[in-house]
Amino acid sequence: MIIERMESAMPGAVLDHHAFRGDRTVVVLAGRLPEVAALLFEEGFQQLMDVTAVDWYEREPRFDVVYHFLNLVTQERIRLKAQVREGEALPSLSVRFRSAEWSEREVFDMFGIPFTGHPNLERLLMWKDFPGHPLRKDFPMDGGDAFCTGDTGTSYAGRACTLNL
Amino acid sequence: MERTAPTLERLDDHRMIVNLGPSHPSTHGTLRIVLELEGEYVLSATPEIGYLHRGVEKLGESLSYAQFVPLTDRLNYCSSLMNNVGYAQAVEKLLDLKIPPRAELIRVLVSELARIGDHIVCVGINAVDIGAYTAFLYLFKERETLYDLFEMAAGQRMHTSFTRIGGLFRDLPEPFLPLLDQFLESMPRSIDEMERLLTRNPIWVDRTKGVGRISAEQAIGWGYTGPCLRSAGVAQDLRKAQPYLGYETFDFDIPIGTCGDVYDRYLVRTEEMRQSLRIVEQCARRLREVSGPIIVDDYKVALPPKEKVYTRMESLIHHFKLVMHGIDMPVGEVYSATEAANGELGFYLVSDGAKSPYRIHVRPPCFPIFSSLNEQVKGRLIADVIAILGSMNVIAGELDR
Repeated sequence: MIIERMESAMPGAVLDHHAFRGDRTVVVLAGRLPEVAALLFEEGFQQLMDVTAVDWYEREPRFDVVYHFLNLVTQERIRLKAQVREGEALPSLSVRFRSAEWSEREVFDMFGIPFTGHPNLERLLMWKDFPGHPLRKDFPMDGGDAFCTGDTGTSYAGRACTLNL
Repeated sequence: MERTAPTLERLDDHRMIVNLGPSHPSTHGTLRIVLELEGEYVLSATPEIGYLHRGVEKLGESLSYAQFVPLTDRLNYCSSLMNNVGYAQAVEKLLDLKIPPRAELIRVLVSELARIGDHIVCVGINAVDIGAYTAFLYLFKERETLYDLFEMAAGQRMHTSFTRIGGLFRDLPEPFLPLLDQFLESMPRSIDEMERLLTRNPIWVDRTKGVGRISAEQAIGWGYTGPCLRSAGVAQDLRKAQPYLGYETFDFDIPIGTCGDVYDRYLVRTEEMRQSLRIVEQCARRLREVSGPIIVDDYKVALPPKEKVYTRMESLIHHFKLVMHGIDMPVGEVYSATEAANGELGFYLVSDGAKSPYRIHVRPPCFPIFSSLNEQVKGRLIADVIAILGSMNVIAGELDR
């Protein structure tokens, strides 16, 4: 079993594991994420399908960052979870898994979780000077006053628009 | 690594910045790509996404599980039926629910029809973008029939909202199967006609062969799924690899390409249309034999029929409870993936037992594919950008959510 191998190869990295409806979840220590991902890669989990996060705003640490891996040979899936505090950074997986580049940008954009070692950690879906992180639970559903503040004219997007005028 | 988009300050005399989109007709929804050009060659391409971001995931957190179905229509609006099915599958996995056999069959049927529709749009528009207009028209005649079928089934052409948690919104109407038979008869001819126009057409081959070539390792690393991954030579199709909805009982093949270029992607999609037709044929045959309910008989999950609501107290209470308080959800999280037209469409649901999901995340198939655009177009001609973009089948609705 992959989880036992993870536990024996990296003692202390696996904090918890459980299964629900056939989905296996492994909670790992945030700092040792690259090690665990490297082991998974060697075990055949070569496709990082998805990176996302969940905001448990009353819990400490506040965020779960969730990674879904797929093993193309055995068709197994595994879910890694790392818990981070507000403002705490996670190591980026984009060196080994190129697909993490945009997914991590999206998590940064939507939740404000920074990733160290990311080649270009910018907002992805929202514009550059958008205030706040929309998928946090304390971000108001109607967007609040976010759209009234900030000066979009100074953003990169605003400048690039006028380049060919 | 310098990866930010180019701006005026960094510009010298030889280079030009071209904004492709957000309103360029070939940008498939509202995409914007900032191209840095030297002559006609692309030095870098920086995709800017988010123009169609509607906050679907945020909205889902305050809607009930059933209310989210219409939002899935608006993800990949070229094959909304498949999104409906993918989402319903995810919620049913969370509930550990088995749907009736006829509902499964109809879900397979509409998914495959939607896949054909999606491939028609992708191949047709890809051809239009690089100047071959006729093939598009041959295919769109068939797409019209497809949309008539969707309208018959769901009452809507684009935004179908056909699935319900635990089954379907309604059974197929009487005239559906006769029209489907007509479609099954004419569609192979239209594919042949299209292939005669494109497959050995020297201009088409020149424009697509070797363009956007990608190796299997690269494609896996970038998180490619669906036709784009298969055209690179990886026979990964969730319908075969991790069968759902009884796909294992159908007889069909998975076409794969060799080098992952635009031409191979076109060939894979064309063959997939034929394979989907095979599945649809088998479905149509089975549908005439399999009868029964199209939604689960559990009124804690699915609404009771209207006539019962109007005549029976129990059913009225069930209806009220379901609408006001929603389904009684278990606490837990699931990731459910289905093979959509464009690749793996994943839904990640986190439930805390409340009426609405605590977190709902969509894993759109074109998101990782589009993120590799810069690598694919670097050093190529600007005209190739259009061809590659078309073959990626980027749908802004699911890309931005």
